[in-house]
Amino acid sequence: MKLTSITLAVGAMMASTAIASAADCETITLGSAISLTGKYATNGVHAKNGYEFAIKKIDEAGGIKFGGKCYNFNVIYYDDESKGDRGATLAERLISQDKVQYMLGPYSSGLTKAIAPVTEKYGIPMVEAEGASRSLFNKGYKYLFAVLSTSEQYLASAVTLAGEKAVEGGKTAGDVKVAIAVENDPFSLDIRAGVMEDAAKLGMKIVIDEKLPRDLSDMTAILTKVKLVKPDLLVVSGHSKGAATAVRQIGEQKISTPMIALTHCEAADVTGNFGAAANDILCATQWSETLSYSDPIFGTAAEYEVQFKAAYPEYASKKVPYQTAQASAAVYVFKDAFERAASLDKEKVRDAIAATDMKTFYGGIKFSEAGNNIAKPMVLRQIQDGAYNVVAPSAFASHKVNWPRKTN
Amino acid sequence: MDQIASNIGLLIDYPVVNLKIIIDGVMIGALFALAAYGLALVWGVMNVKNLAQGDFVIGGGYVSWWLVKNVGLHPLLGVPAAFVVMALLGGALHGTPVHQWARSQKKPMIIVSLVTGFVFIVATYLGDSAGSIAGYAGMVLTILLIINGGIYNLVISRVIERDLFTSLLATFGLAIMGAQIMNLLFGSDTQSLDLGYDTLYFADGLIDIPIAKLIGVIMAAALATVVIIFMKRSRMGQAIRATAQDARAARVLGIDTEKVYAFTFSLNAAICGAAGAIIVMVWVIQPFYGITYSVRAFVIVTAAGLGNLPGVIAAGLGIGAAEQYGSHVFGIGYQQAIAVMLLLAVLVFRLMQQKRNRQVLQ
Repeated sequence: MKLTSITLAVGAMMASTAIASAADCETITLGSAISLTGKYATNGVHAKNGYEFAIKKIDEAGGIKFGGKCYNFNVIYYDDESKGDRGATLAERLISQDKVQYMLGPYSSGLTKAIAPVTEKYGIPMVEAEGASRSLFNKGYKYLFAVLSTSEQYLASAVTLAGEKAVEGGKTAGDVKVAIAVENDPFSLDIRAGVMEDAAKLGMKIVIDEKLPRDLSDMTAILTKVKLVKPDLLVVSGHSKGAATAVRQIGEQKISTPMIALTHCEAADVTGNFGAAANDILCATQWSETLSYSDPIFGTAAEYEVQFKAAYPEYASKKVPYQTAQASAAVYVFKDAFERAASLDKEKVRDAIAATDMKTFYGGIKFSEAGNNIAKPMVLRQIQDGAYNVVAPSAFASHKVNWPRKTN
Repeated sequence: MDQIASNIGLLIDYPVVNLKIIIDGVMIGALFALAAYGLALVWGVMNVKNLAQGDFVIGGGYVSWWLVKNVGLHPLLGVPAAFVVMALLGGALHGTPVHQWARSQKKPMIIVSLVTGFVFIVATYLGDSAGSIAGYAGMVLTILLIINGGIYNLVISRVIERDLFTSLLATFGLAIMGAQIMNLLFGSDTQSLDLGYDTLYFADGLIDIPIAKLIGVIMAAALATVVIIFMKRSRMGQAIRATAQDARAARVLGIDTEKVYAFTFSLNAAICGAAGAIIVMVWVIQPFYGITYSVRAFVIVTAAGLGNLPGVIAAGLGIGAAEQYGSHVFGIGYQQAIAVMLLLAVLVFRLMQQKRNRQVLQ
């Protein structure tokens, strides 16, 4: 009893000193136009929570320290309503009216694409965490940096895995038939390009190659074809509606393809909504809390998950989405860059960001010349009895992949 | 091009697939036909081109989804529930004793709406989505009751028999509002209800009919039949048909056309709501999916013509099947394009037909 009260008192004292020291710090203002309403609202809020959580953690750890002073982040948010033109206008307003010198990214590749020309024009460094399209990184942007893996890598490891399984089964990788169904948007088309590239390298045959409409609610036509041509790997990417429709109808039509890989399984909550139908499906993810990454601010990936859930109880019953983790990582990149630059000058900060080479709970972060992160691989998880287990790449795998998929 | 050729090849190699495509198409077509029938009703009777048709469908889907997830209703009971809620929202109570009573009881009604509004704000603040939606629904319903019975008096009664653009603009606004409100209330994620029923298989598993889908189609057919009988046999049905033929003559003969309009509109909303509740248990819904159903409903009504009920049903099923065929041959990305191309073809054919008729007249 006494012991607990002492620990409590010590804890309270430590907390109060932390607050006191944080209160003495000056403020560095970041800006972000993010989707709080509109079609990206769910993920926009995930990202915003990730930013806010990181700011709180950095504050608790004593803030950003350089030149004998300490600083804390404060972010000005505007709601871009999930619309590109609105995003660009708001970026303009953040920079010219609110005098923001550093930006955090919006949600989605499309919005990032709309905002990047503005930040580039004013020479404002932007670290973004939610725009994965590789078309963002071939425009020669100097001030755009992304902590996440680019989208063509999302499902490419599924192709490798399918090849390995074919070899194990006594066939060659060249015998593998691949079916692709992706939405007709920049992100999903990148995924298709990545799969096509890797499949071509291994000499695989693409037997179905279809584009899903934006308002997809029925893909029986594709699945019927899958039944007829019997591919060895089926790749579907169409945001959460694609994942939901695919899992639902794959279950209904008893599609027996041995390997099926999707994106956005978590966002569509395929395990909660469709139960057994989701079993043995592979899901691409940027990050998983079971990975062995760690850093001094957030601890390990698993600790990040626990602390985040404590701070945001609404996530208690679900998995912390990777969109949140990477948003936190983006804020962490800024902290690291400010400390190395030891300056508030945006050019110096930009150069410091470009030289980033750090290990975080989210994975390694090191930017290429183009600004994308080249130090972190994509991860494939398989839904095994309702749980997401990492199965590829093999260096990080915690479980063995179930192959072929069992169809119920 | 190779893909198209190989897709057609598949149809020839596996003839049974043709049957499967037609079955799938007819199943989704049945729901298009339901939404289109509602549209034909308001278009024919009230001359209102309702662009919010699809949003009523999605609204019904969310009503059912919410009741199933939060109240524990069985998904099949979600269909009548969505029918009733959407009818109330549409304006089913307009002119009824309940509506008159609500008008006479303005003060207590205002208090109820303030209280439910307060519940909405507090629940939203606390992050309790069930409470916030219940509070919001209570607030909206009481406010709608005070001003009248539903969307009908708020918007539609002001645009009946006006010119094309007034009704198009008003209902377009309604559609945008509806989609955004659903987005705020239910979030932007795709939702769907899994009944957990099995699937029936025929022809070596090439033809699959999920029982849930079958039940959905049977419910749609049953609803359509009931509505048809209602229109033929009941006094209200007769009054609706009389108003459609000549509103002024109907008024002269003692039909309260105002009541008929309100009833027709709420009947349409209810039909759409039921269709949405069926869709959510067979396919998936999302706040912004309304437009796809609006487009199909317009295509079907335009192709079939107003007041041609068998035509609407045939066109609905036909478009469903044509879309499935098209998406098999050209790729699923062209599904909606095929619906619109069909409309174009029908319009061109109609024009040519009329031209011939005109020449005969000359």
